[in-house]
Amino acid sequence: MTPLVVIIAYLALLLSLGLLSTRFFRGTSRDFFVASQSIGPFLLLMSVFGTTMTGFALVGSTGKAFERGIGTYGLMASASGLIHAAVFFLIGIRLWAHGKRHGFVTQIQFFRERFESNGIGYLLFPILVGLVLPYLLIGVLAAGKFVLPVTAGAFPGLFANEATPQWAGGIPVWLTGLVVSGVVLTYVFSGGSRGTIWANTFQTIVFMVMGVIAFTLISTTLGGPSNASKIGMQIDTEGRAIQTHGIDRETHELIEYETPRVLGRVVTPLTDAQKERAAAGELRPHQTRSVIDVEFDKRNPATREIVGKFHREFGIPAWMFFTYMLIPLSVGMFPHLFQNWLTARSARTFRTTVIAHPVFIAIVWAPCVLIGIWASGVIPALENVSSTLGIMVANMTHNELIVGLVAAGVLAAIMSSLDSQFLCLGTIFTNDVVLHHAGKDRFTDSQIVLMARSFIVGIVVLTYLLAMWANSAGAGVFDLAVWCFSGFSSLFPLVFASIYWRRVTKAGAYASILASMSVWFYFFRDSGFGGETTLGPGIMPVAPAFLAGVIALVAVSLVTKPPSEETLAKFFPKREPT
Amino acid sequence: MSVADAGRKGPMIILTLAVILGLLHQDLWWWDDGTLVLGFLPIGLAYHITYSLLAASLWALAVRIAWPHHLEDDVAAEAPATPQEDAS
Repeated sequence: MTPLVVIIAYLALLLSLGLLSTRFFRGTSRDFFVASQSIGPFLLLMSVFGTTMTGFALVGSTGKAFERGIGTYGLMASASGLIHAAVFFLIGIRLWAHGKRHGFVTQIQFFRERFESNGIGYLLFPILVGLVLPYLLIGVLAAGKFVLPVTAGAFPGLFANEATPQWAGGIPVWLTGLVVSGVVLTYVFSGGSRGTIWANTFQTIVFMVMGVIAFTLISTTLGGPSNASKIGMQIDTEGRAIQTHGIDRETHELIEYETPRVLGRVVTPLTDAQKERAAAGELRPHQTRSVIDVEFDKRNPATREIVGKFHREFGIPAWMFFTYMLIPLSVGMFPHLFQNWLTARSARTFRTTVIAHPVFIAIVWAPCVLIGIWASGVIPALENVSSTLGIMVANMTHNELIVGLVAAGVLAAIMSSLDSQFLCLGTIFTNDVVLHHAGKDRFTDSQIVLMARSFIVGIVVLTYLLAMWANSAGAGVFDLAVWCFSGFSSLFPLVFASIYWRRVTKAGAYASILASMSVWFYFFRDSGFGGETTLGPGIMPVAPAFLAGVIALVAVSLVTKPPSEETLAKFFPKREPT
Repeated sequence: MSVADAGRKGPMIILTLAVILGLLHQDLWWWDDGTLVLGFLPIGLAYHITYSLLAASLWALAVRIAWPHHLEDDVAAEAPATPQEDAS
C-alpha cells in the first residue's frame, strides 16, 4: 500500500505545480502555445530532455536490454547522444530562428510557407498526428505496465487481474492509464506550454534521481554491481539457457539454486569461441552483441507449468546496429520538440541542451540497460518484456517507500513526454486546421486558447481508448516506439533540405513525404502493425524509407520549378559581409 | 587558432569529428567480447558509455568554435520585440 500512497502524493504535488504555473499565464494564445518564447537554458534543457525520454527510455530500455542485451545502449542511447545533439545544433536553432522571425508556432506553418503550399499542411497533418499517437500510447501503456507489478497485492479483493495472476491485487493498466492521463490533462489544460515546461523540469529531476536510487538498491540486493554482472543468464556446454540464482519471494534476498534452473535451449549452433566461453561458464548472451537464438519454455505464471515455447534472438545483428543510427534523426521531425524549441528565449539558450543532452542520456540509459541484463539472471524469461523494470524494482528494493518513490520517478519520465505531446497535438489542431481554414481574425485570443484546450481534452480521451486497445492486443513498448521514431526519421530529409537546400521544391517535398511514408507503411503493415521487423541481414525498415525519401526529394526537386525569389529571401536571408 | 580562424574552420572541424565519431559507433571489434570493465561493465557497454561522453565533448567544442552567431544577429535585427523573460 505504501508505494500507492507515494504515487498519489507525487501526482498531487505535480498537479499543484501545474496549477501554480497558471498564475504566470499571460492569457495570450502565444503564451499558451510557446510560453511567449521566454524559456531560459536550464528549463529548456530539462524540458527537451524530459520530452525525448519517455516510458521508452526507462521501461522500454530495461525491457529491451532484458530481451537483447547490452547492444540496446548502442542502438539508441549512444547514437542519440551524437545525433540528437547534432539535430538540436543543426536543425533546432535554425527552426527556432525562423519561428522567431516569422511567428510560427507549429511545424506545419513552417513547411507551408517554406514550400509555398497549403496542401503540404493537409498532407503532413494526418501523418504527424498518426505518428505521435503511437508515441502517446507508449506512455500510457508503459505507466500501466510498470505500476501493475509494483502494486501487486495491494487490493486483492478489488483487482483479480486474471490475465496476470502473479500480480493479483495490483493496480490494473486501465486504471493507471486513466489517472496518468487525467493528471497530465489537468496541468496541460490549465498551464499550457509554461505549465508543461515547469512540470517537465520537475519530473526530469525526479526520474533522474529516482533512476539512480533504483539502480543502487537493485545492485545492492544482487550483491553489488560486480556480482550482479556475474550471475546473469548463461548458456552451458549443453546449450541450455540457465539461471544459477534467483530472488526469494518472501525475504527479497538473492539465493543460489542447488541445481541451475533451465529456462530454454539454444537453437542455432554456437561458434567455437562461444563454446569455449560456455565451457568456462562465461557465455552470457546479454553481455555481448553476437546473435544467439534461444527457445524458451513458456510457463504459466501462477503454477510454473510449461505451457508452450517461444523464441528469442539475443545480441544485435551488425546491419541492425548500423541502420539503427537513422532512428535518432526522428527528433528533427517531432512536432512536439519543434514547439519545445520555439519556447527558447534566444539561440544561446540551446547551448546547455546541446552539450548536456548526451550526458543526461547516459545517466538514464546506462543504469536501465544494466538492470535489464542483470534481470536475465534472476527473473523468469518473460515473453512480454515491458514489465522487467517493474518486477525488478518491486522484488529488489526492500523498502516500500523507496519502491513508491521509484515508481513515481518512472511515472515522471512517462508523463514528461505525454504532456508535450498532448499540448502539441492541441496546438496543431487549433493552428493548422481550424485557424488556418477559418482565419485567425475570426477568433479572440481567449477563444483560441479555449479551442486548443478542447482539442487537448479530445486527444487525451482518444489516446486513452487507443492505449487500452493496444494493451489488449499485447503491443510492446519498445517496438511500437521504434516504429513511431522510424516514421519521423523517414521524414527527416524534408526538414534538413528545407533549411539547407535552396533548390528543394514543393513537388520534391510532396514526393519525399509520399515515398518515405509509403515505404514505411508497407513495412509497418508487414510487421503486423507494431512488431519487430528487419530486412535481409537485419536492416531496419527505416533505412529504405529514409532512402526513398532522399531519392524522391532530390530527383523531383531537380526537375521541377525552383521556389520563388521571395520565399528564398525569406528563408535564406543575405548576410552583410563582416 | 584565432577567433576569425575558428569562425571559418570551426564547422569543418566539427563535421570531420562528427563523421569520425559516427564511424566509431560501429565497434565491431567488441562484438563478441564479454570482458567486464571495472568488474561489472561489459566492455561493449563501457565503450558506448564513453562514447556518450565523447559526443558531449564534441558538441561542447561545436558550441565554442562553430556556433552560428549570425542567427542571433539576424533575429535581433528582424524581431525587435523581446518577450519578458522567465527566471531560469
